Amino acid sequence: MTTTDPATTYPTVLAPRSGHQTRDLGARSSTWEVLRRGWRTSPELQQGAAATLALALVGAAGRVAVPVLVQLTLDHGLDAGAGSRTMWTLTGVGLAVVIVTAVAAQASRRRLATAGESALAALRVRAFRHIHRLSLATQTDERRGALVSRVTTDVETLSQFLSWGGVAWLVNSALMLSVLVVMAVYDWRLTLVTIAVLVPMFVVLQAVQRRLSRAYDTVRQRIGELLTALSEMLMGTAAIRAYGAEAHVGQRVHEANQQSRRANVRAAVISAFLFPSADVFSAMTVASVVGVGVMLGPADGLSAGRLVAFVFLVLLFLEPVAEFTEVVDQTQLAVAGWRKVLDVLDTPADVVDPDPGVPLPPGPPEIVVTRVSFSYGSTPVLRDVSLVVPAGRRVALVGATGSGKTTLAKLLTRLADPTSGRILVSGIDLRHIAPTSLRSSFVLVPQEGFLFDTTVIENVRFGRPSATDDEVRLAFVELGLEPWVDGLPHGLHTPVGQRGEQLSVGERQLVSLARAYIANPTCLILDEATSAVDPATEVRLTRAVESLARGRTSVTIAHRLATAERADLVLVLGHGRLVEAGAHAELLARHGVYAELHRRWAAGIEVDPVTG
Amino acid sequence: MLRREVALHPRPFAAGVFGAVVYAAATVGSSWVLGRVVDRVIRPRFEVGDVPGSTVAVGAAAIVAVGVLKAAGIVCRRVGASLAKFGVEATLREQVVAKYQRLPLQWHQSLPTGRLLSHGYADIEAAADILAPLPYATGVVALLVITAAWMLLTDPFLAVIGLLLLPVLIAMNLHFQRQVEHPARVERERVGDVSAVAHESFDGAMVVKTLGAENDETERFRRQAEALRDAKVTVSVMRSRFETLIDAVPAVGTIAVLVVGAWRVEAGAITPGTLVAFVNLLTLLVFPLRLIGYVLGDLPRTVASFDRIDWVLTQEVPAKAVRREAPSAGVDIEGLTFAYGDNPPVVIDVSFSLRPGSTVAVVGPTGSGKTTLLLLLARLLEPASGAIHAPDDIALAFQEAFLFSETLRDNIALGRDVSQEQVEAAARVARIHDFIASLPDGYDTVVGERGATLSGGQRQRVALARALVTTPRLLLLDDATSAVDPTTESEILDALGTRLRETTTVMVATRPSTVALADEVLFLADGRVQARGTHEELLATVPAYALLARAYEQAGVSP
Repeated sequence: MTTTDPATTYPTVLAPRSGHQTRDLGARSSTWEVLRRGWRTSPELQQGAAATLALALVGAAGRVAVPVLVQLTLDHGLDAGAGSRTMWTLTGVGLAVVIVTAVAAQASRRRLATAGESALAALRVRAFRHIHRLSLATQTDERRGALVSRVTTDVETLSQFLSWGGVAWLVNSALMLSVLVVMAVYDWRLTLVTIAVLVPMFVVLQAVQRRLSRAYDTVRQRIGELLTALSEMLMGTAAIRAYGAEAHVGQRVHEANQQSRRANVRAAVISAFLFPSADVFSAMTVASVVGVGVMLGPADGLSAGRLVAFVFLVLLFLEPVAEFTEVVDQTQLAVAGWRKVLDVLDTPADVVDPDPGVPLPPGPPEIVVTRVSFSYGSTPVLRDVSLVVPAGRRVALVGATGSGKTTLAKLLTRLADPTSGRILVSGIDLRHIAPTSLRSSFVLVPQEGFLFDTTVIENVRFGRPSATDDEVRLAFVELGLEPWVDGLPHGLHTPVGQRGEQLSVGERQLVSLARAYIANPTCLILDEATSAVDPATEVRLTRAVESLARGRTSVTIAHRLATAERADLVLVLGHGRLVEAGAHAELLARHGVYAELHRRWAAGIEVDPVTG
Repeated sequence: MLRREVALHPRPFAAGVFGAVVYAAATVGSSWVLGRVVDRVIRPRFEVGDVPGSTVAVGAAAIVAVGVLKAAGIVCRRVGASLAKFGVEATLREQVVAKYQRLPLQWHQSLPTGRLLSHGYADIEAAADILAPLPYATGVVALLVITAAWMLLTDPFLAVIGLLLLPVLIAMNLHFQRQVEHPARVERERVGDVSAVAHESFDGAMVVKTLGAENDETERFRRQAEALRDAKVTVSVMRSRFETLIDAVPAVGTIAVLVVGAWRVEAGAITPGTLVAFVNLLTLLVFPLRLIGYVLGDLPRTVASFDRIDWVLTQEVPAKAVRREAPSAGVDIEGLTFAYGDNPPVVIDVSFSLRPGSTVAVVGPTGSGKTTLLLLLARLLEPASGAIHAPDDIALAFQEAFLFSETLRDNIALGRDVSQEQVEAAARVARIHDFIASLPDGYDTVVGERGATLSGGQRQRVALARALVTTPRLLLLDDATSAVDPTTESEILDALGTRLRETTTVMVATRPSTVALADEVLFLADGRVQARGTHEELLATVPAYALLARAYEQAGVSP
């Protein structure tokens, strides 16, 4: 059961607000390594970082102003009297310091947010572009979901860190540093006392903190399990009702719910003890400072004001500690998120575009596949396939599920490169063809024609962004689809919905055929829909494909008998090898694999001779 | 709303409030102790020259004691509050889940699953979230009251400054919460936009890539990412301004207290120690005051979430409206009509009877009411009118085979008390036993989320085994073998015929080869039974049926 990254399975709005991702414990690179890499790859962060830091230090000095003013008032102001010059000077300087440091503090926070968010936006875009460069041959739904979270939830974790944890690190480090400086100026002995009492606190806090982090990990895991149980209960409602399994499933949800509650309470109890332990230690420190200060007495420059100021400084020094205990957990999550994004950026693109590459000659190309093999990892999918697709001809690829048809189509459009062997297009190795030339000459119409969540016309224009409305309409006319498109509620401007869900599978393919038409390729790779399409759409599809293929080289992954019958050449794949090749009639006469396939197909049984 | 939530787990909540009050008292106490230590210990030592050791010890002990008391208050508050919060969350979730299970299938079908999941998880979390800071907030109120009382009793002049400062801080808080509300919503929306573009673009990666549109897509994504960045920067800048002010205003207040305090000390109205205590208390108040803002800022969201939960909890479970006839051996349906909500009916006045043990195929174009008819037969939907006489033990398998992320055995048994032999026998009939037996863990193999580790055909066969494990009297198959290859499918149907001689089977089917295996065909269109007969009879006599069959045949495609 995979519950590590539920954000990929559930809509982001449903992901718990704590942004639960399990910490990557078997970390491949250390935290420092991630920070170094991240810093190097984000120039936006580096720019003006020194100034931001300096402003933060000035800002922190403002917080230290209060203890200093208390000291000065006690030691000098009270003696000089309320209306004295000393007192007015103190007031004036104090106000000025507060205002100046406030402006500096605000500036440093603003700069941090602007630089950080700009860096994150740039990181998102870089990762997005790089993911599109990664080979699609190995993409599964799961992997795709994970890649989506690289540019969404992972960056979001970083952003949340930036707006809280990052600010806390910056402001609190600056604060603790300035407090230490003022302490040391006032009295080095009391500073040592403070440090001596606080060292054990940091040791204790760190130990508790580690337990807390583990407890949070458990919480995230339990939440993932609860979400799984809940969503399965809801998605399986019909099945549950049909079998009266309400009690069984209800018990599962109940257990997950209670487990999640227990994990949450456990983490809360640990943090309930962690948080106020700083108060106990600060009380002990204050008591020690007062005790030692009184013991030392007025010798060596210590005064009542300084001692009281010291008490304030100790409180100030410890104020961020409680916050830090929470920030540490968030920091670890952010680092884990950053690591994931950086790892994606470091994944080499497996299809490397030639620069500039050779352009393809005009006209429909001839494709020669020579001894091509392809493996996913260690699983061979295509083995030693050699074939020729003659220029301007229509080729049908047939074969069982898993025979390698789709992979071959991906290799032909260079969505992946062969593991061995080569593909020549009009005599040029596919790997040497200029990307722009390749993309304008080869167009793939995927199964069920993927559509974007916009209108029909915009989806078609995807094939050639410069196409005018009239050109789009003409595409539908040429493909014999004008009556169909005019019959849609808003004609060309009908919204298709998410992934084209407003249209039927067959209709989606009609739109993607028009999209291919407007792109005007010289070679067409078409993956037919497997599922049943209503008769009227079926007829339209057949006619549209017919017009589209005219005058082009075309390779169709055929799921329909008629497609194979009409092809100039039928290629039969089985278990990753080319089993038979020839014209439809020729292959029928041969009484081989294809003839058997055709017999069963024609009998309305099935195309698939292998799967069981 | 709060009262109802608290009432679910009142005791931990009360403990939380108690802890918060202790914390408030200890906080004021710590300032008071500090003031006394300044007057009794520090000043005598530095101004007079000496102070008895016992006084120093008492002072130090008092500081530690107040610190420990404060810490104890915090522990008590936090533990109590989290017990209350997570307890309420769990209890509310149990209530919502129980309600979900009682509401009819039709209700579930009328709402998106994502929404129901969100009510059952995120909304409950948000509704209970308020319980964690609430005891703290009461503690803060106590803190303010004690502070005000103490200041007024000690020195009215200093009290005026303090009492002026408090409303200013609270007003700043409220102003910020209101100001940030809209930008924060914009930010959330843009997070959604970025995610939508990424999802769509990666899902359509093949199209994007083969059309060479990576650059256009990257531009589209960049626009969204930058819009999100701008929204985030807007919120952050607002927050930075607020955080800076909330630090600076008390500092200005402290200066005012020092100025006025110096005058009051000179006048002999207060001691320097009291002045120190007031300044100390002011610095301690800043953080708790911030929290009041968060609580108030969160309240609308909490209320909205709670209202959504309440909406679920107050949904009425309709009483079973239709006559539940005594169980019968065959199936006998009279005048069955059904509509989803206020939509036009999808099953209209359907009547037919089936003899026990027969196999009937229901054939019809998309939207003709086939699935609804099966759900009605299974009594998962309540018909608007009509009567159903059917056996009591019914099993139903769907085209979309839903598997739980449990073991294969649990998926087949689905909570019913059945033996391993029964599970295996059912798996054999469904032609999935050999596959399961070939797995390293056999029936103990845990299916991946939503059955992702199995192929479509395998999932369907597991779901079929689930239907067969108890030997039902009425078996309803809603295109339940569509992803199974035809050879295996006919084996399964053969096995069903021999194993379940007594069982009446009603199956929705599209493949002509499957339809041909049925004893009879019911041809359904527009919610009505248009014709009934054998496959051959209907082919010959009903043109619409013949047309549909030919379309299915042409599309006779590989899975």
